[in-house]
Amino acid sequence: MIFGRKKIESADLEQGSIINKETQGLSQGQIVRKKFLQHKAAMIAIFVLSSIVIFVFSALKQKIGPWTYPGWWRYDIEDLSDLTTGCKDGLVGCPTASILPQWLGGAGIGLGEHPFGQDDIGRDYFALVMRGAQRSLMVTVIIGAIGGVIGVVVGAVAGFYRGVIDSVLMRITDFIITVPAIIIGSVIGFHFGNLGVSFLAFYLGLFAWTGLSRLVRGEFLTLREREFVDAARVAGATNRRIIFKHILPNAVGIIIVSVTLLMSGAILLETALSYLGFGVVPPDVSLGRLISDYQESFTTRPWLFWYPGIFIVTIALCINFIGDGLRDAFDPRQRRQITRKDRRDARTAKKASAHA
Amino acid sequence: MFAFIMRRLGTLGVILFGSSFLLYNLAALSGDPIGELRASNDPDAPAQIAALTRSLQLDVPPPLRYFFWLKGILGVFVGKFSLGNTRTSEPVAVAVFDAIPTTLRLVTTAVIVAIVLGIAIGIITALRQYSRFDYSMTFVSFLLFSLPIFWVAVLLKQFMAIEFNNWLAEPSIAPQAMAVIAAVIALIVASAIGGARKRFWKVFGLAAVGTAVTLTALLQFDWFLKPALGPAGFFVASLGAALLVTQLSVGLGHKPSLRAAISMSILGLLSYYPVNWLFERENQPLIIFSLLLLTIASAVVASIYFAKIDRGPVIRTSVLTGILSGLLMILDKLMRTWEPYFNTDAVNGRPVPTIGQTNALLDSGDYWISLLDVLMHLVLPTIALTAISFAGYIRFSRGTMLEVLNQDYIRTARAKGLNERTVIMRHAFRNTMIPMTTIIVVDFASILGGAIITERVFGWTGMGTLFNTAINSFDLNLLMGVFFLTASLALVANLVADLLYSVMDPRIRVGAGA
Repeated sequence: MIFGRKKIESADLEQGSIINKETQGLSQGQIVRKKFLQHKAAMIAIFVLSSIVIFVFSALKQKIGPWTYPGWWRYDIEDLSDLTTGCKDGLVGCPTASILPQWLGGAGIGLGEHPFGQDDIGRDYFALVMRGAQRSLMVTVIIGAIGGVIGVVVGAVAGFYRGVIDSVLMRITDFIITVPAIIIGSVIGFHFGNLGVSFLAFYLGLFAWTGLSRLVRGEFLTLREREFVDAARVAGATNRRIIFKHILPNAVGIIIVSVTLLMSGAILLETALSYLGFGVVPPDVSLGRLISDYQESFTTRPWLFWYPGIFIVTIALCINFIGDGLRDAFDPRQRRQITRKDRRDARTAKKASAHA
Repeated sequence: MFAFIMRRLGTLGVILFGSSFLLYNLAALSGDPIGELRASNDPDAPAQIAALTRSLQLDVPPPLRYFFWLKGILGVFVGKFSLGNTRTSEPVAVAVFDAIPTTLRLVTTAVIVAIVLGIAIGIITALRQYSRFDYSMTFVSFLLFSLPIFWVAVLLKQFMAIEFNNWLAEPSIAPQAMAVIAAVIALIVASAIGGARKRFWKVFGLAAVGTAVTLTALLQFDWFLKPALGPAGFFVASLGAALLVTQLSVGLGHKPSLRAAISMSILGLLSYYPVNWLFERENQPLIIFSLLLLTIASAVVASIYFAKIDRGPVIRTSVLTGILSGLLMILDKLMRTWEPYFNTDAVNGRPVPTIGQTNALLDSGDYWISLLDVLMHLVLPTIALTAISFAGYIRFSRGTMLEVLNQDYIRTARAKGLNERTVIMRHAFRNTMIPMTTIIVVDFASILGGAIITERVFGWTGMGTLFNTAINSFDLNLLMGVFFLTASLALVANLVADLLYSVMDPRIRVGAGA
């Protein structure tokens, strides 16, 4: 049953040889890139995520310095228009998008005036969701960047210099790690939420680096004992050069992977804080804010609930899959699945070499 | 060892001191507890401000005030432990300790279900690496990772509670829906069992037909309104449990274990009516507890009778079977309580609640009805919490299992001819559990503080509610009380995890060199 045994031994050997063939003569970076490009789920996730980013950021009118970018969507988040009437059950402001063609009894394929519907005062919900997604993406990137930089620096310094510096930095890390993220987030959000979403994200990022710094520290502690570091030191390299040229490139895998996880956690943290009322403050919107504002109306006007939720889930899912692909790519023990085609290719190659 | 624990407790104290100092000042700076009163035009406001300032010592700057708070904590050594007072002059310690049982009740089931399901699925996916099942479970776990819990909660309330209650008013399943349900269940079963394509479709067909037939039969007999296992259903389920436990722990080939386990099922069947008679008596908790002891005792006796040598595994198997049979018996009793519960005025035909801890209108002296009420209120929060947290267990146990399966001792075990069951359960599974245990302990502690959102969505009044109140009303002492409890739990859990690790893995020696 569950314990069905695979044909292990020969398959293992064959798999090993196929993998070795593939990576022959490639540098570490090339192997990682190749493995990552072969990871289908991660590739799809990258494609979806970048499409979402472009789509979301190009939709609305926004000011960039002295210029105003018009945006391709006809409404902005402040625009009020008359509520759509003629919906089911006598509701108003329902989505006008339809994908069912007329000959199947639907309203025909088209977006209509308000594809995602309208909120209770008539604002276009598509515009609101777009703005919310922009904010949520910004929060994700800012927390990821700030948390990533601080985490790497603290971890690297602690792991490389050890001793007193290490103890002090790690105790500080412990202090922060002990306080649950949501408590810190709420305290910060309560105070800084009204400064705008970038400030909120900035302050959250100041507390989001602890897990990463522990990982980086561990990695540095191991790497600094390796022979190539000794060799560099004997050759007269400065500490700075050893850190940046010798250790950091070897630790980059673990750093990238944890930063992606940090980012997917960040989007959910922002959502959770907004739900508790400690996140983004109106009139600004974020996806979490939209969901928590309209959760009561789920039974009557479900579109107010579905669209922001779907955006959150898609974005977080994409980030998670990219992180998974990166982890597989950086992990030398991780072998990809050998397909039938690979086996066939290997066999033909073997035959060809036997003939020759 | 003793020195190690002492040293760790010392560090723990330092960390707790540092992080509480940090949070205290952060929280004190983040809001003005009397800001609202200052802005109000109430003629009484100045007096209130003065009173609050006095009782909360607001005239002292936060970094100094922290030490007043600390003094209360350190009072534990002289028997005067205090976490300060809330704004309403209620001792924080009382409020916090009142909230703990609620939160525990909320998270315990969810954590247990998440652990058991997560580890089981994680291990199966590891054994079936790169199979259809593995890929779909990976996808599912990532999806669950990416869900905001309150979003899930709203969906659950709609589809598992409101729509399900509507459905219960007139249970029937359309043929199309039946086909979809059967196909989905069959797909899950078939891909978990695995095998070649032919076998896959065979299992798929069997499972689909089985599901459809079972569902039709259940609907036919109105089972959803009057559920029960009955003696026959109980015996079949208990026999299934006996076979499963035996297969997993020692293998079906081990005759003494098999006999002992099956005799436990038969014993369960024989005691079906007497036990149900006992279930109707007064003082249920005591009765259930004594029945549990009786089950264990009879399991031990049965094992001693059937096994002459090497009794340990046999006793383990039959005790586990006995306990599972007991749980089935309780499940059966709860199922038969369903109909009276369903028809009480308070429930009025809508048995799955969306909010609250218990039904306040339900005024029943009956132990089983109240128990069922508590359990029904746990259903939705438990599903939500489980869904969110078990994804992590799937990923982690899968990763660990794959790593363990690559070890030399697994190859050795196979090479000396052990069967696959022994290799997986004795050699691989046990070693997988070592790192899992530490994760579980730490997770349990963190989820206690992390159920804030779940509590809010489902209207429970535990630690999360206290925390919310504290933040919204600038109640610094209350906030620190909640934090103090969750943080010390988390730190102690870390210590316990380290100690457990060294107990389970003799290669790790705590205290050596650290």
